[in-house]
Amino acid sequence: MSTVTTRRPGRLGESVARPDGVPKVRGEFAFSSDLYAEGMLWGHIVRSPHPAAVIRGIDVSGALRIPGVRAVLTADDVPGRKTFGLDYPDQPVFAWEVVRYLGEPVAAVAADHPETARRAATAIVVDYAPTEPLTDPVAAIDADPIHPLGNVLYRQKVRRGDPDAVGAVVVEGRYETGMQDQAQMGPESGLAIPAEDGGIDLYIATQWLHVDQEQMAACLALPLDKVRVHLAGVGGAFGAREDLSMQVQISLLALRTDRPVKIVYDREESFLGHVHRHPSFMWYRHHADSDGRLVKVEARIVLDGGAYLSSSTAVTINAASFAPGPYRVPNAVVEAVAARTNNPPCGAMRGFGATQTCFAYEAQMDKLAEVLGLDPIELRLRNALKPGDTLITGQVLRGAAPVAEVIRTCASAPLPAGDPATMTEIALPGGAGRTADHNRVRRGVGFAVGIKNLMFSGGFDDASEARCRLEDGVATITCAAVEVGQGFVTLAQQITREVLGVEDVILAPVGTVGIGSAGSTSASRQTWMSGGAVQAACLAVRKRLFESVASRHGVAPETLEILDGRVVSLDRAVDVAVAEAAPGEVLEETVNFRHPPTAELDENGQGDANVSFAFAAHRAVVDVDLDLGLVKVVEITTSQDVGRVLNPVQLIGQLEGGIAQGVGLAVMEEVVLDHGRVRNPSFTDYVIPTALDMPPVQIAALIEEPEPGSPMGAKGAGEPPLVSSASAVVAAIRAATGLELSRAPVRPQDIALAGQAPSQGPVSSPTNGKVSP
Amino acid sequence: MSELINYRLHVNGVEHEVADAWLGESLLYVLRERLGLPGSKNACLQGECGSCSVLMDGKVVCSCMVLAASAVGADIVTVEGLSPGEQDLSDIQAAFLAEGGVQCGFCTPGLVVSVHDLLEHNPDPTELEVREAISGNLCRCTGYGRILAAVRATQESRQG
Repeated sequence: MSTVTTRRPGRLGESVARPDGVPKVRGEFAFSSDLYAEGMLWGHIVRSPHPAAVIRGIDVSGALRIPGVRAVLTADDVPGRKTFGLDYPDQPVFAWEVVRYLGEPVAAVAADHPETARRAATAIVVDYAPTEPLTDPVAAIDADPIHPLGNVLYRQKVRRGDPDAVGAVVVEGRYETGMQDQAQMGPESGLAIPAEDGGIDLYIATQWLHVDQEQMAACLALPLDKVRVHLAGVGGAFGAREDLSMQVQISLLALRTDRPVKIVYDREESFLGHVHRHPSFMWYRHHADSDGRLVKVEARIVLDGGAYLSSSTAVTINAASFAPGPYRVPNAVVEAVAARTNNPPCGAMRGFGATQTCFAYEAQMDKLAEVLGLDPIELRLRNALKPGDTLITGQVLRGAAPVAEVIRTCASAPLPAGDPATMTEIALPGGAGRTADHNRVRRGVGFAVGIKNLMFSGGFDDASEARCRLEDGVATITCAAVEVGQGFVTLAQQITREVLGVEDVILAPVGTVGIGSAGSTSASRQTWMSGGAVQAACLAVRKRLFESVASRHGVAPETLEILDGRVVSLDRAVDVAVAEAAPGEVLEETVNFRHPPTAELDENGQGDANVSFAFAAHRAVVDVDLDLGLVKVVEITTSQDVGRVLNPVQLIGQLEGGIAQGVGLAVMEEVVLDHGRVRNPSFTDYVIPTALDMPPVQIAALIEEPEPGSPMGAKGAGEPPLVSSASAVVAAIRAATGLELSRAPVRPQDIALAGQAPSQGPVSSPTNGKVSP
Repeated sequence: MSELINYRLHVNGVEHEVADAWLGESLLYVLRERLGLPGSKNACLQGECGSCSVLMDGKVVCSCMVLAASAVGADIVTVEGLSPGEQDLSDIQAAFLAEGGVQCGFCTPGLVVSVHDLLEHNPDPTELEVREAISGNLCRCTGYGRILAAVRATQESRQG
């Protein structure tokens, strides 16, 4: 990627435009699928057509006979470790002996033309003996292992207080959420270039360059310095790019052919080639006293991890830790288990673990309000966490926790005008199809609140490195934080201008060479972590600038400050432009930024595992066609705990974008599985919200209580918009229909055919996937 | 491959030679991989997402669904042809940037083409008409709010 620069001023708190915005709107921004190298070949990955099978043999000779085919690789060709994985390498680069999910890589091809590569892929004969896939995660826990490491990927218990405590009022329920796809617009793609030193240069769209590099080096049997990973333009991520996709396979093809190799997935391959949001199967029992104060929460949560571990550990810990939601609960008995199945692997997706449980605990809160005869908002306010409260993990909330404020401001915002009885047909459920009968459309309002932890937790050494270089008033920032669209590049420039008073901020190309890890662009962490690293590096450079100016002018450095792009002393005896303050000097500082250490949860799920939490509330208004089961989401209102607004327009973009994915999870989006087979790997059949599906978003309040310890007072804002928005939409459909609707996404038949026996179980639901207490 | 052909395409006012190309190549592939015009994007390759939108004889089409060889003789305009100059932005492009309509940017070129086409034919659309006009362009980052704001801002500035 080319160096990004801008002369536009813009500091923290302003709606500064993105530095990569001009090439993006002109169509000139180089995404990973736009790359080209002289003499490059096209790669293609051959994937398993079965969710479970024994591989009896692979015959690649037919592919090798096709003119233009330059290499065919299988597991035998992996020189190093034959497996990879974010937490633990349990996933084969190429399957051998068995395949464990539909879409698992088995071989790879490189050819002169992409069509030749595709034809060669079909000419590879793999002799499979299909076996019965294990697709029910509840049954999988005790079933015969489908992997040497067993079927329990991770188990997290949380025990707090008195397990025998009983409340005056008890509500119970079972809930499920489906498999959601990140559906990032840019498909997985990359360009691998073999280097003269025997190493590899890979240009790729990813979320975490350095962890890709480590995994690649192990599989390629190369030292780290011969595996150079460079960031290519990233077309969205949302968790889909946290695991390796093609990184090892494309590098092997380039090393084998000694030619550059490009791979671009099509949409079907993208659906098969990255992890998804874990489907969840949850049983809950809430106890409350007669005033509605929570006494105890019991929960058993089973997550379908699919065939390999990926980030199931973190997802399971989040599901267990946040099982009761943003509420005070003195007693808790919780267990979350991620199970290995022959379904597609599941892992990171925006709001991981916390989104699934929010669907259950918010439905429980509404049930509780109904039994108690209390207003659901009032019930939530009575139990809302506040600073000083203790979570079920035993951690005391030390930071900002304006839970009551997000609830109050969101709930009291004005409701949208409009009555389904008098609306134009195109605005009714069904839209342009004009299917709704005005008299059979009901409006409903639903509410939900969520909690999400920020940054890496559980004792992980979470760090980000940044370098600032100042020369003649031009600052250059080097940081391996991956820009996926969220706007870190904008923020890095804003921080630098704020600290150093410069206008020109160059962002150096991002890669593994010459700079340490910035950690992953995930878990709502880069504003705090890499923003903190950039700020610290700039502050270190400013200190040296002040020392240089001070010695030149014979004043104390402490008397200097930066005002309007000038270094000035308190008495104005020194007043010099930053650009001329240190002539001929290059001031450069590299800083490794860490958040305060966290602890691993113990066997009872107790420990100070997190640094910070963020909260959001959502209110949804929906119109429902009772006969056809069609839902029109009319409006979403939100309030969010953001710490401090650093860039208003980018923040609104995070809120609206996250809510759109929540609307999708509530009523549209599910990877439909049939005995381990993905039935809808396309945007024809996996439907994400369009501009007609997405309602206006009303932002009731952005709560700015600066977070102690956060370098700029801000909290990560990417995930909370998704955590509770889906729950609010489904609550609104319940309000409109009076149906229980214990599963997301809500499909038309769940409404239109509700109560008709036999019940219409989703094909993706496990045959016996009922979670027991 | 045996089915190799030669033809010419008229793109952004320039005549391009396409030599020794496989007959089955889509217009999107030829624009991106043969003519050095990667602005049109490849998000789905199934005609569902609109990221590859181009104007063909004045009509918006998904270039992934058009065989390149069938576009011979057509007047094709891509996102690269909508920028007024080497460094300049059209009012639509500038509004996308100023209003926050761009995040990852993968859907942006297709949306710029769609909005350009909409405002050419309907200079003062209602919000519902805008939503309908861009409903063939999927965006996963923005939730469309800032994109709608960009279209509104363009409409308002054109009306002075």
